[in-house]
Amino acid sequence: MTKIIVDGAEVDVPPEYTLLQACEAAGAEIPRFCFHERLSIAGNCRMCLVELVGSPKPVASCAWAVRDCRPGPKGEPPEVKTRTPMVRKAREGVMEFLLINHPLDCPICDQGGECDLQDQAMAYGVDSSRFKENKRAVEDKYLGALVKTSMNRCIQCTRCVRFATEVAGVPELGAIGRGEDMEITTYLEQAMVSELQGNVVDLCPVGALTSKPYAFAARPWELTNTESIDVTDAVGCAIRVDTRGREVMRVLPRINEDVNEEWISDKTRHQIDGLRVQRLDEPYVRQGGRLRPATWSEAFHAIAAKLRATRRERIGAIAGDLAAVEEMFALKDLLVRLGSTNFDCRQDGTALDPRWGRSSYLFNATIPGIDEADGLMIIGSNPRKEAPVLNARIRKRWRTGALKIGVIGERADLTYDYAYLGAGPETLARFAEHPPARLSRQIWLVGQGALARPDGAAVLSAVARAAVSTGALTDGWNGFSVLHTAAARVGGLDIGFVPGDSGLTAAAMASGGVDVLFLLGADEIEVESRAFVIYIGTHGDRGAQRADVILPGAAYTEKSGIYVNTEGRVQMGDRAAFPPGNAREDWAILRALSEAIGAKLPYDSLAQLRAALFKAFPHLARIGAIMPGNPDDVRKVAMRGGAMEKAPFRSPIDDFYLTNPIARASAVMAECSALAERAAATAAE
Amino acid sequence: MSVRRLAPPEQQPASFAFTPENLAWAKREMTKYPEGRQASAVIPILWRAQEQCGGWTPRAAIEYVAALLGMAPIRVLEVATFYTMFQLAPVGRKAHVQWCGTTPCLLRGGEEIKKVCQRRIHHEPFHVSADGDFSWEEVECLGACVNAPMVQIGKDTYEDLTPESFEKVLDAIARGESPRPGPQNGRQFSAPLGGDTTLTTFPSSPAPLPNHPRQAGEGRVGEGASGKA
Repeated sequence: MTKIIVDGAEVDVPPEYTLLQACEAAGAEIPRFCFHERLSIAGNCRMCLVELVGSPKPVASCAWAVRDCRPGPKGEPPEVKTRTPMVRKAREGVMEFLLINHPLDCPICDQGGECDLQDQAMAYGVDSSRFKENKRAVEDKYLGALVKTSMNRCIQCTRCVRFATEVAGVPELGAIGRGEDMEITTYLEQAMVSELQGNVVDLCPVGALTSKPYAFAARPWELTNTESIDVTDAVGCAIRVDTRGREVMRVLPRINEDVNEEWISDKTRHQIDGLRVQRLDEPYVRQGGRLRPATWSEAFHAIAAKLRATRRERIGAIAGDLAAVEEMFALKDLLVRLGSTNFDCRQDGTALDPRWGRSSYLFNATIPGIDEADGLMIIGSNPRKEAPVLNARIRKRWRTGALKIGVIGERADLTYDYAYLGAGPETLARFAEHPPARLSRQIWLVGQGALARPDGAAVLSAVARAAVSTGALTDGWNGFSVLHTAAARVGGLDIGFVPGDSGLTAAAMASGGVDVLFLLGADEIEVESRAFVIYIGTHGDRGAQRADVILPGAAYTEKSGIYVNTEGRVQMGDRAAFPPGNAREDWAILRALSEAIGAKLPYDSLAQLRAALFKAFPHLARIGAIMPGNPDDVRKVAMRGGAMEKAPFRSPIDDFYLTNPIARASAVMAECSALAERAAATAAE
Repeated sequence: MSVRRLAPPEQQPASFAFTPENLAWAKREMTKYPEGRQASAVIPILWRAQEQCGGWTPRAAIEYVAALLGMAPIRVLEVATFYTMFQLAPVGRKAHVQWCGTTPCLLRGGEEIKKVCQRRIHHEPFHVSADGDFSWEEVECLGACVNAPMVQIGKDTYEDLTPESFEKVLDAIARGESPRPGPQNGRQFSAPLGGDTTLTTFPSSPAPLPNHPRQAGEGRVGEGASGKA
């Protein structure tokens, strides 16, 4: 730690801190445009100038380390001043230069109201311009379906370029030309291909890069902000849902250092236009082969009549990938009351079972654990498509040079280098009796591509055996990590939403094992034609088209719900809007239905439901925390063994942009999907 | 300075590849840098690609160099658009005249040289002459102010120009000759034009140095008291 005096107050900071960080630690606010905590230092906007006593000129505090400061003549700590007239004059000068070429179009700029330049011009701007010449004019660039450009506004901070190159790992943005004519663009204005490209909009301190789908849609001060959790993948990114009235206008990331830092994927950010279309807003009952709108009581009567005529072991339920824990808990409760053990939350048939212990299905290394890992083996997974934000975390660690990465499965561009070891189980089997690796913190990341197949249990066991034998399980470190793709999956496994001893799996139920099947937003599974299907969900997707009764539910932005992410971290999202039309929150639907069919659930409010849930599963009450699994579970799974097939592992995600019913209803996601397909076709040439 | 863009697609060649000699040279350049830092060789290699393309850098060359060095194409495009020595549009087949438009050249009659360019080549810079042999541009100081005005053609400079001598140079290039570079007025390098003005005689003996008495306290430490005693 090094002492430094900031505005007369002495603070003790690490020597590698920059002056900007030291000033922040001392409580002094430093304006900045180009500096960003998670990007490399560029030092080109000059807005963060401070006075360093002994230096003849003001220094850029973002690019000057505390350890680079000389002590005073008598050995006193170096002194920084941030509020002197010299600093103020310097910053005003910088601001005047920045504004020379910045258009005065704030009234029509989407950044208005949340613009760094606007805010800082309030503090450091002068009231009138001394610039009499023509302003610079820059052609707008095409950057794809998500990022709209207005390049006259660009102040060339290069945050976007650094983000694309460093964090996203897709070096597609650059600054061409030089000096006054420097322009930010992609190579020949090709569409950006990164799954994290939407974050450049957040990073842009001015209105040069704005959200294309959100263009001219709303002003920040008319939006209501609600903190929520993302459900597009199993990472559980912290998001903020901005609504105006009933409508979700946009989704922004919240900072959660343990999960997503401050990034979210494009699907998280831009699938929300799918929340407005294809919605189920009233109950439907199939009559004469056609679905017709019905009242809630008609729908419930139809279900009750069918259930009365059905033997209890011929009733089943499948939970979808976006379901919150509460409704799965209520549905399981309902099924148990009806006398059935046919329920499953594993639509894809993945070979994970809560009976093998919580450690057997969690990402035990945890996401912050990636920052400490020194070895990573990726098996049957493409994290870039399955969890882009987690992939950025892997890349962040890889960039330090401390992480060795191997891949067994599909060869794909993961934005980092890796040793490609093989395509399938044969390669994995080689590690079964592997001597311990000379790595202290390994992660064996196994994806659903390796588990959602007939020999998935054997593959899971083989991965566990490899993790155990190579020494990925040590004291205080459990490197056996399952990467899920569904936001609901870990929650479902946690509450035991899997078939009981004589129960049927999702695949068995869907292929004729049951006569009445509840689908709780399960759209990724094909149900054969004889079963009577009750679909509780939000969108007219595959499940609704197959349904005999549709009960319209609430999407993730329209209900308060608990989600457990792939690490086992329990998180709660709040309700940002109301479901459309006659749609209701899913737990309430199940509660009302339970009464209609004579198996009344004993909770009348969400609070009561949660009380019952927390009583049954106390770890779910600890929001934000992870209850770690027992590493011995992994050792037990390793002993299970089993015969693996020869087929190579394939990532479960073909099209990143179309993995859930909301995204499939979204026009923006469809456009992104088409652009990605075209980009892939061009790259293949 | 102005906004620089790649030439329109109709001017772009379909493909580019180094000749075997250039490729061998490029591979040698790349070995100058440690593994993983091959991108450092981008400027010389792109420059060689420009030479091979007849003095300009087409899109295909940018992509070829990017692939050769394992760089994203945007990174090479950044280099090509930053440095004005990379011509992004076709230039004259026989010569691309880089006319110096900085103050010393202008004071010594550079404007007249520019007029020759405008008359003989094209009124506007970066346009190829009607026969396709010549093009010209204005550049900043090329560091030959003593011999102003001057132009640079390829790797040669032609200095101490007058409109007449400049036209002779262009005529010679048009005929396919390579005129002698350097001053075009008979002067040797940057030696004085009218003969030597200084050091014209050899002094008979070295001039005596001015008397410079040693100050007290000067000299090595410890030399003091005992020497004087």
